[in-house]
Amino acid sequence: MLSVKHLIDTYSLTADDITQILDTAAAFESVNNARVIKKVPALRGRTIVNLFLEPSTRTKSSFELAEKRLSADSISMGGSTSSVVKGESLADTIQTIDAMNVDMFICRARLAGTPQKITENTDAIVINAGDGKHQHPTQAMLDLYTIRKHFGHLAGLKVAIVGDLAHSRVCGSLAPALKTMGAEVVLVGPPTFQVDDPEWFGCPQTWSLDEVIDDVDVVYMLRVQLERMEGATIPSRREYNRLYGLDMNRVHRMKENAIICHPGPMNRGMEINADVADCGRSRILNQVNAGVLTRMAEMYLLLGGENNGISA
Amino acid sequence: MAFLLKGAHAVDPQVGLDKVVDVLIDGEDIVEVAESIDAPEAEVVDARGKYLVPGLVDMHVHFRDPGFEYKEDIASGCRAATHGGFTDVATMPNTDPVTDTGTGVRYQIDRGRAADLCHVRPIGALTRGEKGEALAEIGDMVLEGACAFSDDGHGVQSAGMMRTAMGYVSQFDRVAIAHCEVESLTTHGVINEGRASTRLGMFGWPALGEELEIYRDIELCRLTGCPLHIAHISTKKGLDLVKAAKAEGLPVTCEVTPHHIFLNEDDVTAEYNTNLKMNPPLRLKSDMEALREGIVDGSIDCIVTDHAPHAKHEKDCEWEIAFFGTIGLETSLPLMLNNMVRSGEMSWARLVEVMAINPRSVLRLKPVKIEKGSKADLTLIDPEKEITVSEDYFESKSKNSAFLGMNLVGVATDVFVDGKRTLVDGQVA
Repeated sequence: MLSVKHLIDTYSLTADDITQILDTAAAFESVNNARVIKKVPALRGRTIVNLFLEPSTRTKSSFELAEKRLSADSISMGGSTSSVVKGESLADTIQTIDAMNVDMFICRARLAGTPQKITENTDAIVINAGDGKHQHPTQAMLDLYTIRKHFGHLAGLKVAIVGDLAHSRVCGSLAPALKTMGAEVVLVGPPTFQVDDPEWFGCPQTWSLDEVIDDVDVVYMLRVQLERMEGATIPSRREYNRLYGLDMNRVHRMKENAIICHPGPMNRGMEINADVADCGRSRILNQVNAGVLTRMAEMYLLLGGENNGISA
Repeated sequence: MAFLLKGAHAVDPQVGLDKVVDVLIDGEDIVEVAESIDAPEAEVVDARGKYLVPGLVDMHVHFRDPGFEYKEDIASGCRAATHGGFTDVATMPNTDPVTDTGTGVRYQIDRGRAADLCHVRPIGALTRGEKGEALAEIGDMVLEGACAFSDDGHGVQSAGMMRTAMGYVSQFDRVAIAHCEVESLTTHGVINEGRASTRLGMFGWPALGEELEIYRDIELCRLTGCPLHIAHISTKKGLDLVKAAKAEGLPVTCEVTPHHIFLNEDDVTAEYNTNLKMNPPLRLKSDMEALREGIVDGSIDCIVTDHAPHAKHEKDCEWEIAFFGTIGLETSLPLMLNNMVRSGEMSWARLVEVMAINPRSVLRLKPVKIEKGSKADLTLIDPEKEITVSEDYFESKSKNSAFLGMNLVGVATDVFVDGKRTLVDGQVA
């Protein structure tokens, strides 16, 4: 059992919660990665609504697959087709769906705090699949899973999170989760990408990737929102790649066993060069795989497990 | 109609009054203040145990009328003001259409008179449509009764436009009220920049966005000679700029809201309570404390509410799209009494200065004094009566209060406006 009812942010998770999620995800490896029949009845008869108020491909398909693997009944509602775009308030949308009697909401939203708002309008369990610049806890769990699988542990590792920290819910949830598990985090990015208050994360920050590249176990490259940033907070794609991009010269300086992560989708040639994305240190596709496992684990622990007496 | 207020503790530093007296009101005026008065024809109001002060003035409210009457209208706003103990309110011009003509000013005054509860004192826009591009008909508005000028809701972005507007206002005996916000710095900001914006993952509204424009407008005050009043000041640095201007003798005053002195950014939690979304935002605890000191030491002139009614659906939504502001008329006095006067942090005399005397002075209104011959605009306060701030408590059409759920001790029980009793034992007449 997790100590929380909903999965809204990573601050609320204890080290024990995170370990439970990662261990449960590991137990699902055989279901998802080894069996021909990739399905267990853990959430049979439970109803899950995927409410994606902002476009998403990988997170949405990852959740949908995880739901199918667990035998849950699910429907997906998108921002462009939902009544939210017709001017309906979030409260009305949630109360409407809630009236149909569902067990869980998976929510992706453009606005921070949306999952919290949903909990005020339903008794169903809510998993935050990314809310604005705030949090993306299921991304953090799949990242931790990937890193732990490679190193066998999390405590004592050094992780550099590189890129657009200020606009990143990935950083906002990954940094605290890593700290909770005893890893060290350093935030790397130009001053215009730094968070308003780095002390809140309790992490050092630096403007120089070259200063930390040979000292860290994980280089975690964040996606840069090109369309939003060019000329506004960074001068150009070319300059960003030169100062902060992960190219082979920098990869060669990494520690022998160090790995590269990226939450996707990548801008090849900007924050990460094409050959780097495909090199032996890259764990980017492992992260995608871990996404299904950890999301199965989160839904199972919050909705199934001891909550309904069904075991995996 | 005559009223005899018996045994009230009257406080009015303008006339050196701080003792228990009887006050006789006849018609629109105070006709006698004495230790003991007999007036057989007058209706006696037992005021023993209560404080009597010159009528309270809130010089910064939004009554949304015309244009947004579903949030508030002048009649409902006046009911809220009366319930909160006020005899005068100054209404901000960000209505629809913007109150930027004499006609608009006259409309609000007429609606206020029709409501017949308190004095409605319209503030006219500095620029047409509050767009910051062209002068509004300021002289026309003065002639129709505008008490001050402001583009509240926006800073005037162009320094040149603000210079022109203040220069033009300087020919009339009126202040320019500045909502200080450099929009190229505040951009999409919805919460104080720093810990709160990081913690909750939203765009920050930096203190500098306010302070830079306070500095600019103080210098424009020096240049044009136009008296300047800084609206809803929210940071220590901003207050330091005002203090320095005052020390130089510049005609600069400022106001603060109860929410900026009793709440701070730490009160905004992962619950995302949108009633705490303000413009300017709730700042640091250290700012809050500096502002409280500023009230006591005299550097802050007025308490105002920035009463900002919004309908339920405009607050019951995600923080980033929720409207800015809290209602305040009905909690302002109880908060001041409960949090500052009861504790001895501020005196009754100082309370009267910041809530009655100074706002009248800033708005160039005739002083109201507890003495023979003055207009009978008076507020009677029960310092021991407790209220619970609930949605049901409010006369305002909107219920978006940052203070819901609080229990507060001290509240107005009776209000007299031009000798008419508009609040009777806590009930709006």
